Amino acid sequence: MGNDMSGLTLILRRLGMTLLVIVCVSIITFMATRLLPADPAALYAGPRASADKIEEARIQLGLDKPLVVQYFSFAGDALRGDFGISFRTRQPISSDIKRFLPATLELVFSAMALAILIGIPLGVVAAARPGGVVDQLTRLLAISMASVPSFWVAMILQLIFFKWLDWLPLSGQVSTETMLFNPIEPITGMGTLDALLGKNWVGFRDAFLHLLLPALTLSLYPIGLALRMTRSSMGVVMKERYITTARAMGISSTHILFKFALKNALAPVLTVLGLTFAFSLTGAVLVEVIFDWPGIGAYVTAAILAVDFPVIMAVTLVGTVVYILVNLLVDMAQAMLDPRVTLR
Amino acid sequence: MATSLPSNKKPSPYRRFLSDKAGLFSLVIIIGVLACIIFAPWLTSYPDQGLGTPGLDRLMPPSSEYILGTDRLGRDLWARILYGGRISVLIAVLVVALALVIGTPLGIIAGYYGGWIDEIIMRIVDVFLAFPPLLLAIFLAAVLGPGLFNMVLAIGLGWWPWYTRIARAQVLSYRQRPFVEAAEFMGVSDTKIMTRHLFPFVGSPVLIQSTLDLGSAILTVAALSFLGLGLPPPTPDWGQIISEGRVYFPDRWWYVTFPGLAIFITALAFNLLGDSFRSSIDPDRGS
Repeated sequence: MGNDMSGLTLILRRLGMTLLVIVCVSIITFMATRLLPADPAALYAGPRASADKIEEARIQLGLDKPLVVQYFSFAGDALRGDFGISFRTRQPISSDIKRFLPATLELVFSAMALAILIGIPLGVVAAARPGGVVDQLTRLLAISMASVPSFWVAMILQLIFFKWLDWLPLSGQVSTETMLFNPIEPITGMGTLDALLGKNWVGFRDAFLHLLLPALTLSLYPIGLALRMTRSSMGVVMKERYITTARAMGISSTHILFKFALKNALAPVLTVLGLTFAFSLTGAVLVEVIFDWPGIGAYVTAAILAVDFPVIMAVTLVGTVVYILVNLLVDMAQAMLDPRVTLR
Repeated sequence: MATSLPSNKKPSPYRRFLSDKAGLFSLVIIIGVLACIIFAPWLTSYPDQGLGTPGLDRLMPPSSEYILGTDRLGRDLWARILYGGRISVLIAVLVVALALVIGTPLGIIAGYYGGWIDEIIMRIVDVFLAFPPLLLAIFLAAVLGPGLFNMVLAIGLGWWPWYTRIARAQVLSYRQRPFVEAAEFMGVSDTKIMTRHLFPFVGSPVLIQSTLDLGSAILTVAALSFLGLGLPPPTPDWGQIISEGRVYFPDRWWYVTFPGLAIFITALAFNLLGDSFRSSIDPDRGS
């Protein structure tokens, strides 16, 4: 709709809105930690600190200043990537996040890949015969995947593949033997990728086996999502006349499904990618806890147990900003690819 | 826009729902689960253990005496799951109720007045929806600390915007109807128009949606209690039983398996019901 000028204004408007939302999100996150019962100064000073020590911590953290001043210094620091010091690890939070992020991304990207490789073909097959057995079964499968608690299914997978079948390792990113005899040179921080880059095949095999269960657990919901969205958009496309024409011309149904129909039903894939990424970001928290996966999720869970507010706040803020930006990118890409979609 | 299909007779949504076996089946399961947790005291021989009194036989595998085994304090797991279900379902219902109470009026106000009021309310909605699902709940629960009310607050504060959206959309579709305009013309107050004339039309879709959302609410509740953000012991809830049993996993597999199964079955039933409901209203959207 409209000419290029209005397209540009729409993009600018959307960018402005996004910026505003990010500012509001940071205010909410900040205010929540300041208006709460627990005293950050006491937590910072430690459990057995004297009243003087707590006062000292209060001044050191700037908690004696007015809230507005506190917010601006917090926001200013955050913009420069400085989130303060973790109460628990006593390390700068930004360096902690940098250290733990690659492992989480490795998990999230693997889950996205699985969602696309499994979810989309299943959706196509389901659309071949609407209301058929395959359609009903995949529908049930997708809903089950959305209804299962990820932390529980993670443990059930451990029970099956580690305890009963003994095919896959219980948890962690690599085994001790690999660390000792075939250590993976850290380049990106993603175990499997680093092993590949360093041509460490033994290490790759080990890292890959460790990745399988967590990635599968994290991908369950996204697989269901990809399945349903593909199925639903295929359902619409399959009613189009050109499909009927192709059928009448005697073209094989596999060819029709995967060549003609899928091509025109792929628009939602982008949405699936965005949603999957967004979902996995928080889904990873629970999965990492079960599999002792050294990522952001395990980091923030430890922070929750230790009432480590700065970390909880930083991870919430960073996670939300990433989520907002991914949604923005997906919307923009979709508006660019599909002229029927306009930015709001 | 379905051009190729010759569909001259369209069954009513109600008929379509009744013909969907999955939907009916899920309804039966939901009633079963609710009956189990309501009649918990009569369904177990160890009601006091369900509430927290330690028993004699610790970490026993399922047997004829303890059908699902026992937990770390020797309590019958079946009894724990029955009583845990009460808390899990209660919290989920409260979350959805809180979200309804906040979300619906805001949606009606936004839709009815429009203009800058609408703009402000919907921007607030956007801000809350900008948080990734679960992350806001985890964050708020972490800062609020454990406890039933805090948990409801933590999840509910991220839940209401959905109902504001639905309520607003409903109001927008009724806003220009003659009965609303007639009431305005006759000088009926805005509050009265919103509560008497608009609410009845907004209430039921929002209420239906919120019921169907109970499945995801139960999952969210379980996730938070699993992370240790739930109720302090001895009050059981499903997520908390799993988090207790995790230490003994995978050797004492029953400890984690059965409460998880309870969560799965309940959430699945609500989600199936929601799905068959949606497809009976809007069958063209595929399955």
